[in-house]
Amino acid sequence: MGKTLAEKVWDDHVVVKGEDGAPDLIYIDLHLVHEVTSPQAFDGLRQAGRGLRRTDLTVATEDHNTPTLDIDKPIQDPTSRKQIETLRQNAAEFGVRIHSLGDKEQGIVHLVGPQLGLTLPGVTVVCGDSHTSTHGAFGAMAFGIGTSEVEHVMATQTLPLKPFKTMAINVEGELRPGVTAKDIILAVIAKIGTGGGAGYVFEYRGSAIRSLSIEGRMTICNMSIEAGARAGMVAPDETTFAYVKDKPHAPKGADWDAALEYWKTLPTDDDAVFDAEIFIDASELEPFVTWGTNPGQGVSLSGEVPAPESFDDPTDRAAAERALEYMDLKPGTRLKDIAVDTVFIGSCTNSRMEDLTAAAEIIRGRKKADGVRVLVVPGSARVRLEAEAAGLDKVFTDFGAEWRFAGCSMCLGMNPDQLAPGERCASTSNRNFEGRQGKGGRTHLVSPLVAAATAIRGTLSSPWDLEAAEAELVKDGVA
Amino acid sequence: MEKISTLTGPIVPLERSNVDTDQIIPAVFLKRVTKTGYDDALFHSWRQDPAFVLNQEPYRHGGILVVGNDFGTGSSREHAVWALRDFGITAVLGPRFGEIFRGNAGKQGLLVGKITEEATEALWAVARANPGEPVTVDLEARTATAAGVSHPFEIDDYTRWRLLEGLDDIALTLRDEAAISAFEAKRPSWMPTTQDRTPQARTQGAS
Repeated sequence: MGKTLAEKVWDDHVVVKGEDGAPDLIYIDLHLVHEVTSPQAFDGLRQAGRGLRRTDLTVATEDHNTPTLDIDKPIQDPTSRKQIETLRQNAAEFGVRIHSLGDKEQGIVHLVGPQLGLTLPGVTVVCGDSHTSTHGAFGAMAFGIGTSEVEHVMATQTLPLKPFKTMAINVEGELRPGVTAKDIILAVIAKIGTGGGAGYVFEYRGSAIRSLSIEGRMTICNMSIEAGARAGMVAPDETTFAYVKDKPHAPKGADWDAALEYWKTLPTDDDAVFDAEIFIDASELEPFVTWGTNPGQGVSLSGEVPAPESFDDPTDRAAAERALEYMDLKPGTRLKDIAVDTVFIGSCTNSRMEDLTAAAEIIRGRKKADGVRVLVVPGSARVRLEAEAAGLDKVFTDFGAEWRFAGCSMCLGMNPDQLAPGERCASTSNRNFEGRQGKGGRTHLVSPLVAAATAIRGTLSSPWDLEAAEAELVKDGVA
Repeated sequence: MEKISTLTGPIVPLERSNVDTDQIIPAVFLKRVTKTGYDDALFHSWRQDPAFVLNQEPYRHGGILVVGNDFGTGSSREHAVWALRDFGITAVLGPRFGEIFRGNAGKQGLLVGKITEEATEALWAVARANPGEPVTVDLEARTATAAGVSHPFEIDDYTRWRLLEGLDDIALTLRDEAAISAFEAKRPSWMPTTQDRTPQARTQGAS
């Protein structure tokens, strides 16, 4: 029997095969480090008198706490400042390469690996951050780990890991214009639930996935964790190779040739068997939005807020009741009638050039709705520079949006970018948990296109609504 | 890490599902650089409500937390485990857990056992009928016993062994140092490196 992509990558990284129920010891090719989940790990090394085994496979950046305004001034929050200073001291002490605030390569850790060419097909990637699954878009096996495991990787460059099951997420057909990778993954999570992927590594397959860019694939793999999966992967193909080639740290010359030869052996064999499979028809998908407080609580934007009674499972019903109370929504409300206070375009899910370009195309030449705050936060300093070179910053600021410096920002509100209690936000991020974007804040997860259309109209909207509104004006002879 | 064999404490009923790690500890508390002192941060938002279970006697000092489906989903923050431990929670029982959370708990000596939804309901019912009623978690036998009824719980063999023996993961792995070095010696040169690629290779790449 053949092997799946995930099984191939795993098998090529087994250092010691576990016996009698013990986990396999897996080698880690790339360890990404940021300020929040690393200080206690560095401390652990110090206390045990251990060094960091492979500084050449480790890279650090500052993202969760960093301000997105006035980055040339000292960070005002003393605890945030201390955490970032601690990372800088630890990186210096242990010899870790660091991209600090102000550096061209600084940014959200899951943008930094790919843009440097450190994230490659067929490698293992870990980081003390659950959205490490993002890197699976390259055909890497990538997962988030806790601080104890961060310390373990620092000390040994390995992790003891239990075997996993495989699930094929087959997405066939062509997406309609206005429907994006974000809508695919929100639909997947709504279908299988936040625990549906527990124990699995996902492989996203099918024509709709193949036709996505690497950036779209990153958006999808990024949210694998929201379905409970350990990781999500896409088989590497010509799209992947073209993206990786010539990145600063990508293999060169003979190394590139050897890598390419190996990468082409990675796709799942025809006779391999997945432990589970689901099927999604891409051509039926519409722009998607969440109405509740977990990422599985989502529906098509053309729909309504569901009634708790419509859920058969009593746990789901109770969760829906609680979510509607927190979100201050009534069953039967049309999603398009929901007005927002803030629109956030950013996060490791949707802050790359393609996301910003798509949003900018929608808003170009228009003005934002009155009273709506629009925050655009590029994922990395490099993305910010590229966007400015393409003139996107001007498009956003002319629209009335705030154009910020790179970081995690309002995805989790560890820096000053937060929602006020009761504020409602259309957000291109990945989690609509209670209080995630600020205490008492209410989050609707959306694609960059929906975020842009919502910023124009002030209510949850897709580009389809803009076209419909314009057609109406033409019909009435106004335009 | 201390050895664990049996744990006894009041059943602390958290009758909710989908309790993500942002609820267990909000991000604002992740700015600290220490590993202890998170007891005040645990369920910080919900604890503003005086009626919340952890604000009630006899639950104010911890015990064995019994939770609904999908506890500990979301963010990888190990702070969630530290906060539970600092508050006095010694074990968590429930039907289904976020995987990173469960892994983190195992590393930090917080016992996480999977019980059925029926057993969850039964333990909640015991706590409702008699608040403060203890449950005894026997790691050797993999049972949770309350009010005379024993419920089996699942925990994988490896984590159970490590908890029973109180073993440190890193020390265990370093016993395989020779295997790690041998593996490293065979890694292909195209693999990622955060150092600059050699000038010679760069020239080849440009051609």
